[in-house]
Amino acid sequence: MPELPFPLPPLPTVAQVIFILIAVLAVVGSLMVVLARNLFHSALGLVAAFFGAAGVYIVAEAEFIGVSQVLVYVGAISTLITFAIMLTRGMMFGATSPRNRQSGTAAIITVLAFIVLAALLRAIPWPQVGEPITDGQAIIAGLGYAFVNQYVVPFLLLAMLLLVALAGAIMLARDRK
Amino acid sequence: MVPLSWFLILSAFMFSSGLFAALGRRNAIAVLMGIELMLNAANINLVAFWRYGVAPMQNLDGQIFALFVIAVAAAEVAVGLALIISVYRNRRTVNLDDLDILKG
Repeated sequence: MPELPFPLPPLPTVAQVIFILIAVLAVVGSLMVVLARNLFHSALGLVAAFFGAAGVYIVAEAEFIGVSQVLVYVGAISTLITFAIMLTRGMMFGATSPRNRQSGTAAIITVLAFIVLAALLRAIPWPQVGEPITDGQAIIAGLGYAFVNQYVVPFLLLAMLLLVALAGAIMLARDRK
Repeated sequence: MVPLSWFLILSAFMFSSGLFAALGRRNAIAVLMGIELMLNAANINLVAFWRYGVAPMQNLDGQIFALFVIAVAAAEVAVGLALIISVYRNRRTVNLDDLDILKG
């Protein structure tokens, strides 16, 4: 076999290929949220972006977060948003532009922010590999343990917050007549 | 394994598109969707830094933070959508350009 004049870039591993596919799903979903004229298409793009994020968590070996993401975001929040779109139907098939007057400036700022962030993040020598995870079940057990020991006060406050938020949401949205 | 910078760049992209949706869209629900995208981007960063940090088997703080963010985001979206529905019932619009009655 003849020697190549330059070294070939290393082939992507299976995990990297999976990550790229998931990232494409998340990026297409995010772009649909931002650019779709029909608000319902935005909601569908949001579901795709949520699924992409869940896949990213599973690639990062945080399976519990990935499952929570699917349950809470894809299952509950997307359904809530879809219902809200249907209840406020006036803007769904926009006769007016979906973007406001400052959207040009906003587009410039966000594109610049992404370029600067991406260049910065590429320049920093981040670690390429994390420490190996040998026991995934121990992590989930550790999460449960931390929630009732070190983080018990934030956990109970969070339960209170959820209760108050849901009661408040019902109070705000109910028909007063 | 996947390099850490890939996670961070994906998260930067999701954050930027969420920022654009929050700043440049006219519909209140679209703005709320942008906020959800930004929260997800922050969560991806938290999980990625947990995975590539020191001793991910013992230091679970990144995952715990991510779970707190998910729960608070659920509360936030419930209250936000209730506000939007309440505004729609009173003003028959969710166009943010028309909601200027608090303007002096």
